Amino acid sequence: MKEIVHLSRRSFLKKGMLVGGGLILGFHLPLRGSLSGASNPSGVTFMPNAFIRIGADDIVIIIVNKSEMGQGVYTSLPMLVAEELEVDWKKIRVEAAPVDPAYNHTQWGAQGTGGSTSVWSEWDRLRKVGATARMMLINAAAEIWKVGPASCRAEKGFVIQKGTGQRISYGKLVEKASQMKVPKDVPLKEPKDFKVIGKSMRRLDTPEKTIGKAIFGMDVKVPGMLTAMVVHPPVFGGHVKSFNAEKAKAVPGVKEVVQIDLGVAIIAEGFWSANKGREALEIVWDEGPLAKISTEGMRGEFSRLAQTPGAVARKEGDPQQTFSKAAKQLHAEYEVPYLAHACMEPLNCLVDLRTNSCEIWTGTQMQTMDQNAAARVAGLKPEQVKIYTTFLGGGFGRRANPQSDFVAEAVSVAKAIKKPVKVIWTREDDMKGGYYRPMWYDQIAAGLNDQGNLIAWQHTIVGQSILSGTPFDPKKDVDPASVEGAGDTPYEIPNIFVNLHSPKMGIPVLWWRSVGHSHTAFVVESFMDEVAHSAGKDPYEFRCILLRKHPRHLGVLKLAAEKSGWGKALPKGRGRGIAVHESFGSFVAQVAEVSVNSSGQVRVHKVVCTIDCGRIVNLDTIKAQMESGIVFGLSAVLHGEITFKNGRVDQSNFHDYPLLRMNEMPVVEVYIVPSEEKSGGVGEPGVPPIAPAVCNAIFSVTGKRIRRLPIRVEELKKT
Amino acid sequence: MISLDVNGKKYKVDVHPETPLLWVIRETLGLTGTKYSCGMALCGACTVHVEGEAVRSCVTPVSSVDGKRITTIEGIGRTKEGKAIQEAWISDDVPQCGYCQSGQIMAAVALLKRNPRPADTEIDKTMSGILCRCGTYQRIRGAIHRAAKRMSKGGER
Repeated sequence: MKEIVHLSRRSFLKKGMLVGGGLILGFHLPLRGSLSGASNPSGVTFMPNAFIRIGADDIVIIIVNKSEMGQGVYTSLPMLVAEELEVDWKKIRVEAAPVDPAYNHTQWGAQGTGGSTSVWSEWDRLRKVGATARMMLINAAAEIWKVGPASCRAEKGFVIQKGTGQRISYGKLVEKASQMKVPKDVPLKEPKDFKVIGKSMRRLDTPEKTIGKAIFGMDVKVPGMLTAMVVHPPVFGGHVKSFNAEKAKAVPGVKEVVQIDLGVAIIAEGFWSANKGREALEIVWDEGPLAKISTEGMRGEFSRLAQTPGAVARKEGDPQQTFSKAAKQLHAEYEVPYLAHACMEPLNCLVDLRTNSCEIWTGTQMQTMDQNAAARVAGLKPEQVKIYTTFLGGGFGRRANPQSDFVAEAVSVAKAIKKPVKVIWTREDDMKGGYYRPMWYDQIAAGLNDQGNLIAWQHTIVGQSILSGTPFDPKKDVDPASVEGAGDTPYEIPNIFVNLHSPKMGIPVLWWRSVGHSHTAFVVESFMDEVAHSAGKDPYEFRCILLRKHPRHLGVLKLAAEKSGWGKALPKGRGRGIAVHESFGSFVAQVAEVSVNSSGQVRVHKVVCTIDCGRIVNLDTIKAQMESGIVFGLSAVLHGEITFKNGRVDQSNFHDYPLLRMNEMPVVEVYIVPSEEKSGGVGEPGVPPIAPAVCNAIFSVTGKRIRRLPIRVEELKKT
Repeated sequence: MISLDVNGKKYKVDVHPETPLLWVIRETLGLTGTKYSCGMALCGACTVHVEGEAVRSCVTPVSSVDGKRITTIEGIGRTKEGKAIQEAWISDDVPQCGYCQSGQIMAAVALLKRNPRPADTEIDKTMSGILCRCGTYQRIRGAIHRAAKRMSKGGER
């Protein structure tokens, strides 16, 4: 493999860079056969910075530093560049960035994708990058024409001389532009002049994803590559006591069986022989300290913990005193389970480890951390580790692991066998492999005065901390990711107390699309509904009163009520539920319309979703992400649950961890509240409101309150 | 040796007869558009056509399709229904992560071959076999209608 250009070490910022095809060849490798494959492979190119490369063929390659996992960054981020660069959209190609500090997240100091941050965190940088390149192209043309740059303008990939109308394409300017000084502080467009930002642009990756040509980690192949599977302990925290590989090695195609840190690896010619070898492998496990844990035991432990005082996340007024004097008191317990991300592409990682280099092909959301982890395992320096980010067959947080589990493990297998190897997790490995959304147990109480006003709120949260023990550990009593959406609830409540217990359970946990909000929105928005009903008020109007100082919450709530026909009659047997939640800088309200049949099965017919995500970039992507978040959340509401017995995960595949299917798909309508505020995220904010919206709708139609997810049909069955 | 006709191309493969067709297509023939996800015929990501019928290649032993005509995502665009479906998928920007989409498209094409104007209920019934974690179901439904409509107009746009 060719050496990758170390971008940060080149003098991008002093001068444009002229690179020949040979030198940048290594740069093309990450997405062989992908979008970038056919574009300016040879000849002269203009590379004004780490994010743009223009070829003599007029093709503009935009190097994207975020991982494309379905959320549309391979389109939305190029839109930011294209807006300022003034380029013909059809000429744009996308390439995945290598791992390099030049591509670090503008807020994190490391390269990675997550937290619904991609668009807003690149909003300034990528527009500047585009504007600067445009200015250099204009300056180049002006020099050729011997006119002032002010008499030239750029449009759709051409520099045009005002007055004469003479034009020259970007491709013809690459050589000259590369000699131009990089201008400083090029003014950016006013939003009123946007031609690309705010429109619905077709996704650049749709064609290749429609003809089977998109390359995922699972699809990459290098010469001499073997396939490996790793058998992990049946219980988290367990390890190998002994193993007998005799029968496994006798399986045709099996090459080697080696013990690594976390289990035993079977290395074979292909997937099937590895799987056959695995079936023949005999392992004796030391199951470790968690061999007896069960979900029932953990639920008991969590509920006992909730009786004791936790770490204070928020305290205002005198909640205890007010509560005891309240005219009406409400108490409830809410529970949600561990959840698997269950990306359609099971985890996998290809490693080619040599004496002085380590090349990795994988779909990851966390390039810098994975690079460091790989270097540690391989005994190399981080800069000796190259990561080629492929398309991700779903991410949802699972491929952003501060522990770099699937990358580090693949490097350790490669190190053991000294051959290029792709480690593939089977669906069962993926489902049982941990890094789940934590299980949560909540106790919540509200006090109302004699006018039915909410005067006191007490909320106790129990569940594992995601950040604890990671490089993101806040080293405080309260992990903000555990209480987000609860500790900072915007509802105007004069006396409020939110506290947290973070028991260490030993179950690997991780952010799962919308992180803490996936749990807190369910609890807060369901309980708020309980309070409204108890006060004899309409749940929508009740929320509007308590949110009167929060115009963006109100904006989405009002639009959702209007578009869903809130308060209007529904066919018999149907009910509506409403919820609103802010997360990742965006505000989302949803109204779900449901029915429940006599055997207790819930049908979600329709969801009206409204979002205020500030200034929008790709309109259609916002709609797609709302549809996506709603489906993701519905899978958890109706089906999702990871449980334990005797230390073992009960679920293994899609028969016992079902996902929403087409026949359960509601009609989803998405409406966007126009806004000039700073952009918020869209990948995650669609998830949190759906669980409470559905459960509130169930209450309105059955009078039964769902306080534990997933919904159990027994609870709703007519008796 | 097992004889396969994949996308009109003839192959002779020397693999264990029990090997699932999926892995022969992906690893032996190098056609990676067909995906592995569950290995148990639960998700449909591995759907291909055998003699025009949608089949889960992850549980189909290669010996059972010896001599048969197989079509994968890489070849489906050469059929009338395949072309219409792929064009509709692009028009509606259906894919998100894209991993399940080969299976979705192969299932949708088989549906249109069977019924050129399927109603929602039939779309739901057929397409419920193919999981999409990104939740593109609503767009899939719409794109199948779009493709059906286009085909009924004799390919007019």
